[in-house]
Amino acid sequence: MATTIGHVDEVTLGGAEVHADTRSFVRKYVFSTDHKIIGIQFLIMSLIFLLLGGVLAMVIRWQLGFPKQPMPLGGVLPETMAPGGVVLPEFYNSLVTMHGTFMVFFAIMPLLVGVFGNYLIPLKIGAPDMAFPRINMASFWIAVPAGFLMLAGFFVEGGHAAAGWTSYAPLSERSDLSGVSMGQILWCISLIVLGLSSILGSFNYITTIINMRAPGMWWFRLPLSIWSLFVTAILVLLAMPILSGAIIMLLFDQTIGTHFFGPAQGGQPLLWQHLFWFFGHPEVYILILPAMGMASDIIANGARKPVFGYTSMVLAILGIGVLGWGVWGHHMFMSGMNPTLGTSFMISTMLIAVPSAIKVFNWLGTMWMGNIRFHVPMLHAIAFVSMFTIGGLSGIFMAATPVDIYIHDTYFIVAHLHYVLFGGSLFAIFAAVTFWYPKMFGRMMSPFWGRVHFFLTFIFYNLVFFPMHNLGLHGHMRRIYDPTQYDFLKPVQPINELISISAFLLFATQLIFATNFIVSWFKGAKAPENPWEDNGLEWTVPSPPPHGNFVSVPHVYRAPYEYSSPFVTEDFLPQNRELPEGVPSAAPHS
Amino acid sequence: MSWLLPHGASTFVGEIDWLYYLILWITGIAFVLVEVLLVWFMIRYRARPGRKATYYHGNTRFEIIWTSVTAVVVVIIGVLSAGRWNRIKGRDMVPPNATPIVIHAKQFEWLVTYPGADGALGSADDFQVRSQLHLVVGQPVSVLLTSEDAIHSFFIPAFRIKQDAVPGMNIRVWFQPTEVGEYELGCAELCGLGHYRMRATVTVHSREDFDRWARDRAALSVNK
Repeated sequence: MATTIGHVDEVTLGGAEVHADTRSFVRKYVFSTDHKIIGIQFLIMSLIFLLLGGVLAMVIRWQLGFPKQPMPLGGVLPETMAPGGVVLPEFYNSLVTMHGTFMVFFAIMPLLVGVFGNYLIPLKIGAPDMAFPRINMASFWIAVPAGFLMLAGFFVEGGHAAAGWTSYAPLSERSDLSGVSMGQILWCISLIVLGLSSILGSFNYITTIINMRAPGMWWFRLPLSIWSLFVTAILVLLAMPILSGAIIMLLFDQTIGTHFFGPAQGGQPLLWQHLFWFFGHPEVYILILPAMGMASDIIANGARKPVFGYTSMVLAILGIGVLGWGVWGHHMFMSGMNPTLGTSFMISTMLIAVPSAIKVFNWLGTMWMGNIRFHVPMLHAIAFVSMFTIGGLSGIFMAATPVDIYIHDTYFIVAHLHYVLFGGSLFAIFAAVTFWYPKMFGRMMSPFWGRVHFFLTFIFYNLVFFPMHNLGLHGHMRRIYDPTQYDFLKPVQPINELISISAFLLFATQLIFATNFIVSWFKGAKAPENPWEDNGLEWTVPSPPPHGNFVSVPHVYRAPYEYSSPFVTEDFLPQNRELPEGVPSAAPHS
Repeated sequence: MSWLLPHGASTFVGEIDWLYYLILWITGIAFVLVEVLLVWFMIRYRARPGRKATYYHGNTRFEIIWTSVTAVVVVIIGVLSAGRWNRIKGRDMVPPNATPIVIHAKQFEWLVTYPGADGALGSADDFQVRSQLHLVVGQPVSVLLTSEDAIHSFFIPAFRIKQDAVPGMNIRVWFQPTEVGEYELGCAELCGLGHYRMRATVTVHSREDFDRWARDRAALSVNK
């Protein structure tokens, strides 16, 4: 195996060869087995779904800010969705369902796991490719039809799935209750297919990280991005089959007359919730752990300082990975399950706040006494820390069961989950995309437009999601088509309008990012090998790296965060640079 | 935009609001601490030419301090929550003198069955009212929540009470209104296309007013 060979010159590396590339266009860019191309394919796909999820959010915000008024451009929608541009309640339910579904399964999860798992793992551990390149290719090409199946739901009779992204039974299994039949079936099939894609990807990641680390890349020399992707891959491998199993049961209830979740025939609606959240809570950590890992890499780079408490950062990732399995019941405090069970889930939920807090303090510690460079990725990474903190702290309110009685299923929850998924995951994704873009495409993104995008996004993001806390505290329920139906919600309708207008501006701001992304691909300044003066192995190869990544197997001498080392004059020290004899390769960790 | 909870009118308001404000203070302090440090570090340690960051890998004592402080704080919040949670939702906590009523949720209305003059359900003088909840101030009520079809969620914001109604399950929830007035009951769980209008009015009467209303109402249903 390549990892055990100390010196390799022009021999093949795990089947991938570093010499003149003779592959056809289709082999190189379409049905490619190269992890870098697959990562970029996932990037394009998931950015498109991110945009689509954003468009759905805009329609939701129009209806909430300006209920039952004709939507600008709403005339293009068919009569079954928005006659005369006025959103119908049944279409509204599809919108909230599909916004959540697309964002969670087709945007954030593939952006973090599909894109950066693929792109970074082999490059960062010094491997020529994934352990199973063909399975990796299959993973992407299975995700594509899953996306089309999910899109198809908008075009079938009865409209798309409308039971929420959580698809609570029996609403989701009975078309006589939801008015949706084919849309919900397509929702199920698409996610079963997508689950297969995720499972194939995850065991590939696990095998690659265990077996294909370059010589000297010990476990405790792995970048935190790789640690977090490793634990995430284990969570995906264990959690996705549970979702798939539950959805197969739901699909059978809908189509062949079983009654797993139908109470009239002896089924149990709460079984769906237990299965869904037993997947769903590890899923929450699948959506945040890689973000935490990549933000750690970028913050150390920006601060020009070693990550504060590397070992406790790794232990916190592992702690979250383990504790994340014991907290699913906190989604179900109001579900009618035994209240005593609620108390135990509250305790486990409180405990999982501890590793998250450790991470926040360690990021602060990393910036402390640093020499901080505010490049665009660093701005996004700092915003990630700041916004994730709000999302983490607001979680304590709903973990406290008595307070949850009041705020459960209100906009407080919507605010919380967006502070974690947008303020956390998406800011980290912006950080990661802008950070690794030069490596992926060989060109720099415009730093000016990058800053403009960052500051506007940061402002409008907070104007959209911060007031949602206040709406929730006022008792504003989730997923209601027209809040003005309730007298007690009429006084807060101006907040809804403010949120909607800010949301439109937030969406428009993303067009700056999209333009910068596309224009830089063709017109950006040529990227040097190591534009951010980083220590990772991926920055020791050309931008973009050749097929097979490394000309010879790199040898790793130290941990990834040796910034501002006293042993060299530069303020960075790549993992594979050999220092003259007698000079220590790194200081002993405290 | 306010961080205060709106005016409440049940005995749970004190318990829940107190805990909410405690957590608001604790998380508020943590929030200010983290954000102030973050901004301070950004200004104080911004890159300047000719300067290097301090080569420093961490401090075990700091790690132990912030880990244990966080753990102690969340455990305290947990302990304070557990007692309140049990007093509100504990299955044997329903006051013995509570008036029994049945609320049957169905797409998209709340069917409320009152015990009538004899105060007991299942007798001939029971009567049913659609999407109107009438209560007596200071009198605890014990609601048996059931659902016809999808999952609904019984939510009276002013009383700080919420409970899902699940088909196939009989779930008991109790509360005690403390002020005469008009309130609203809403559905908090997506239950289909009319979810947003699954609304009911809640009227808290004085004892005499309620008795008069109940007499009129019962007579109305007998005449039907």
